Amino acid sequence: MSEPLLKIDELCIDYPIALGTVRAVRGVSLEVQGGETLGIVGESGSGKSTLGLAILRLVRAPGRITAGRVLFEGKDLASVPEDQMREVRGKDIAMVFQNPLTSLNPLMRIDRHFLEVLRTHKPELKKPEALKLVREILTDLGIEENRMGAYPHQLSGGMRQRIMIGLGLVLRPKLVICDEPTTALDVIVEAGFIDLLKRLQKEFALTIVVITHNLGLVAELADRIAVMYAGQIVENAPAEAVFHQPLHPYTQGLIACVPNIDVEQETLTTMDGSPPGLVDPPPGCSFAPRCPLAMGRCREQEPPLLEHRPGHWAACWRINNE
Amino acid sequence: MKNLMRYLSMRLLLTIPMLLILLTVVFIVMRVIPGDPVSAMLGDHAPVKFVAEKKHELGLDKPIWEQYIDYLAQLSRFDLGRSMILQEAVTAPILEKLPATIELTLTGLLVALGIGIPLGAWAAKNRRSVGDFTARLYGNIVYCIPVFWMGLILQMIFGVAFDWLPIAGRVGSRVMSSDFEQTGFYLVDTLLKADLKAFTDVAIHLILPALTLGITLSGIFLRLTRANMLDNLKSDFVLAARARGLPEGKVVYGHALGNAFVPVLTMLGLQFAVLLSGAILTETTFSWPGMGRLLLERIYLRDYPTVQGIIVIFALFVSVISLLVDIIHALIDPRVKY
Amino acid sequence: MKNTRVSQLPPSPGGLLNRALHAFSTAGKTYGAEWYILLVGLFIVVFMIFMTAFPWLFTSFNPSDQDAGPQLAAPGGIHLMGTDNLGRDIWARMVWGAQTILGVAFAAALISSLIGIPLGLLSGFVGGPLDRVLSLTMDSVYSFPGLILAIAFAAMMGPGVVNITLAVAVIYIPTYYRLVRGQTISIREELYVEAAQVLGAKRWTILGRYIFPNVIATTVVVFSVNIADAIMTEAALSYIGLGLPAGMPDWGMDLSMGKKFLPSGSWWLITFPGMMIMTLALGFTLLGEGLAEILNPKLLER
Repeated sequence: MSEPLLKIDELCIDYPIALGTVRAVRGVSLEVQGGETLGIVGESGSGKSTLGLAILRLVRAPGRITAGRVLFEGKDLASVPEDQMREVRGKDIAMVFQNPLTSLNPLMRIDRHFLEVLRTHKPELKKPEALKLVREILTDLGIEENRMGAYPHQLSGGMRQRIMIGLGLVLRPKLVICDEPTTALDVIVEAGFIDLLKRLQKEFALTIVVITHNLGLVAELADRIAVMYAGQIVENAPAEAVFHQPLHPYTQGLIACVPNIDVEQETLTTMDGSPPGLVDPPPGCSFAPRCPLAMGRCREQEPPLLEHRPGHWAACWRINNE
Repeated sequence: MKNLMRYLSMRLLLTIPMLLILLTVVFIVMRVIPGDPVSAMLGDHAPVKFVAEKKHELGLDKPIWEQYIDYLAQLSRFDLGRSMILQEAVTAPILEKLPATIELTLTGLLVALGIGIPLGAWAAKNRRSVGDFTARLYGNIVYCIPVFWMGLILQMIFGVAFDWLPIAGRVGSRVMSSDFEQTGFYLVDTLLKADLKAFTDVAIHLILPALTLGITLSGIFLRLTRANMLDNLKSDFVLAARARGLPEGKVVYGHALGNAFVPVLTMLGLQFAVLLSGAILTETTFSWPGMGRLLLERIYLRDYPTVQGIIVIFALFVSVISLLVDIIHALIDPRVKY
Repeated sequence: MKNTRVSQLPPSPGGLLNRALHAFSTAGKTYGAEWYILLVGLFIVVFMIFMTAFPWLFTSFNPSDQDAGPQLAAPGGIHLMGTDNLGRDIWARMVWGAQTILGVAFAAALISSLIGIPLGLLSGFVGGPLDRVLSLTMDSVYSFPGLILAIAFAAMMGPGVVNITLAVAVIYIPTYYRLVRGQTISIREELYVEAAQVLGAKRWTILGRYIFPNVIATTVVVFSVNIADAIMTEAALSYIGLGLPAGMPDWGMDLSMGKKFLPSGSWWLITFPGMMIMTLALGFTLLGEGLAEILNPKLLER
C-alpha cells in the first residue's frame, strides 16, 4: 500500500481543568489514503471534534497535544514550527466548520474573506486575478456573482456553508476536514450539500475527513468509518462493513438506533447510560459500564484495537473470545 | 442610502422622548424638590414681599404644571432665559465655554481609547499571563483614582516638581486667545491662523488635563475591550480564520478586535456620561474655562437660570452623542437593520 | 468514589471546620488569581470598616484639634502623615474621615438599590407599556452625567449629610434598575421558568422562587462595585465644595484645602486623602470583581 496522505499515530490530547485533567483523545491512530473519504463517528464529547482540530493543531486552549504524531505527507504537524504550520492551514489542509453563520466574520463581506485568504497564501497574486479566481469558485459552487458583496448574515444557511467550502477549496488543498458540516442545515439543503461535496471530491481529487454524529451522512460519503468512544477509536473499517457487519457492541448499538423506514417499529431503539467522565476514566474498556455483553475482563483490562478481518479493526474482548 | 436616511430620521425621532425625559428631570431637580430658586438666591432673610415679587416676575407663583409647560415652550423656542443676577442671556456664557469642554472631552476620550483598547486587546490575547494580570490591575486602579486627585498628582509631578507643563488654563499669558478665537476650539483656531507658536502653546496646556481625564477613563475601556476580545477569541470565526492559515496578528487584531470594537462603541455612548462627569472635575482642577467651571461658578453665585440652562445643554449634548454613536454603529455594523 | 467517602465523614464540628479550612486553602487553586483579588479587596474593606467603627484605636489625636502640632509639618515623627495648614494631624483626619465617606456611600448605595431593585423586578416581570416608559426614563437618566445631576441636587437642597446621601443615591438608581430588569427578563424566558408557568405556578411563586434569588446573588456584586462609585462621587462633591457642613472630617474636603498648598510643595496635604479615597474604592471594586469572577464571570463584562 502506498504511503497514506495523513497518518495519526498514538495521539493524546489533554485539557487541564480545575478538577484534574480531561483526556479528550487517548492514543488514537488513524490512516487516511489520498483520495479516500474517512468518516469519524461518535456522540458529542467522544473527542472527535478535538481530533479534527488537532490535525491543524488548533485544539482550543487550554487543551494541548501531549503525545503522538500527526504525519501529513510525512511531516509531523504536531511538532513543526508555527509558521510552517500556518502554511499548511488553508493551503494544504482546509477545514469546514459546523456553524457557517458564526464561522464567518460578521463585519466582512464575502469577497473580502476570499481575498484575505488568497493574499495571505499567494501574496504575488494581483487583485484582478484574485477576483477572477473567486468568481470562478463561486460559480462552481452555484453562487451568483452578485452575492460576492453580501455580508454573511444576508445569505441563507446553505449558501453560507457553500461559501465555507469555497473558502476552503480556493487554494486547492489536498485534504478537507469537515466538522459536522450539515448539522446547522435542514434536510433538503443537506442533501444538496452532500451532492456538492461528492462532485467537488471528483473535480479536485480531494481527500476528505468527515467528522459527525450523523450516520446517514457518513453512509452517503465515507469510504471508511472510524467509530470513536470516550476519546478512543473502538472500530475502524470500510463503510460497508460498519453498517452490515459491525463488530464492536457500541457500533452495533449505534446502528440499531437508526430508525429503519422499511421495518415497522413501535418505539425507537435507544442506548442506555452515558459515556464515562474523562477525568478519571475507569480501568478496562470504557464502554463496559453500558455494554450488554460486558464480562469480568472488560472491567479490568483495556481491549487493544486489533485487525479481526482484513482492514476491519475493532477493540473488544468479546470478539477475541469468539 | 435611502434606507440609511430613513433610519437616521427614525433615530432622530427617538431622541425626542429621551430629551424630553431629561428635560423633565432637570425641571424636577430645579423646581420641584424642596428649595426654590428665588429663596435660594435671596437667602432666608429676604423680605417676604420681595421674594413674592421676584417669584411672580419669573412665573414661579403659577401652579407647577403650568410652569412645566412654560418651561418646555420656552426651550422649544431655543430660549434658555436670562440670568437674573448678571442681566445677560443664559446662552452667552454657555456658547463661550462650550467649545473648551468639548475640546477637553474629545482629547480625553482619544487618550482613554488610545490606552484602553490596545491594552485590553493585548491583555485578552495573553489571558492569564502576568501581563494580563498587570493590565487588569492597572485598569482597576485607575478606575478607582478620583479624577481630581489624578489631576493634582500630575500637577504636582509635571507642573511643580519638574516644572515641565503648565497646570492651569487653556493658553499661556504671552499668547492672546483673542488673536485667534474663531470657533472657540483653540486647536482648530490656531491651525486656521497657521500660528504654530500659539498652537504649541494651546497643545501644551491641553496635555495634562487630557491625560488626567484619559488615564482615569482608560480603565473602563480596557475592561470592556478585554471582555469582548475574550468572547471573540473563543468564537467560531476566529477559529475558522486561523484554520485558513491567516497570520495570528491579523486574526487577533483584525478579526477579533474589529468585532470587539462594535460593543465597545455602543458602550461608549453610555460611558460618555462618565466622561463628562470627569471633565467637570478636570476643569475645576486645571482652572479650565469650560462648562463645568461655569456650572460651579454660577451655583456659588446662585444664578439658577444659568445653572438650569447649563444642565439643559448637557442633556442636549448627551442626546447628540447617543445619536452619533448609533449612526456610527449603523455605518460599521452591517447587521444593524435599517 | 472519592466523593462518596467525603460525604460519609461524621458531621462533627471539628470536621466541618477542617473542611471549611480545606476549601479555603484550595480555593486559590480552583479560582486562580480571582481568589486573591477577592482576598485583597476583602482585607481592605474589613480594615476600613474596623477603622470606621473604632477610630480611637488608630489615633490619639483629635481630627479637629488645631494645636495637634506645628502648621504644615512634613510626615514623620508623631505626625505619621504630617499636619495641615491649621496644624491638624492628617492621619487623625484620615481615620475619622473614613466614617463620613463610608457612611454616605453605603447609605446611598443602599437607598438606590432599595428603589432600583423593586422597580427593575416589576418592570422586567410585568413588561408592557409600564416597562417601556420606565426603561426609557431610566436609560435617559443613566446616560446623563451622574455627577452633574448630583451637583444640581446638592446645590438645590443645600449641604448636609442627608442631602448629600440623597444626591448620590439618585444617580445610581438606574444602575440597579437596568441590571435587575435585564436579569429578570432573561430568567423569565428560561425554559425551567416557562415549564413552571405551564405547570401552573403562580406569578408570585415564580417571582419569589426563581427570579428573586438569582437577582439577589448578582446585585450583591454590583452593590460592592457601586459603593466604590458612590465613594468617588461623595469625594467629588465635597472636593468641589458641595459636600458636608464644615467641621466634619472629610477626605474630599481635605483634598480641596490641600490643593491651595500644592505650589508650595506641601505634597502630603493632597497625597494622603487621595490615596485613602483610592484605596477604599479599590477595596470595594476588587471585592466585587473577585466575587463576580467566582459567581458569574459574565456579569461585569457588560
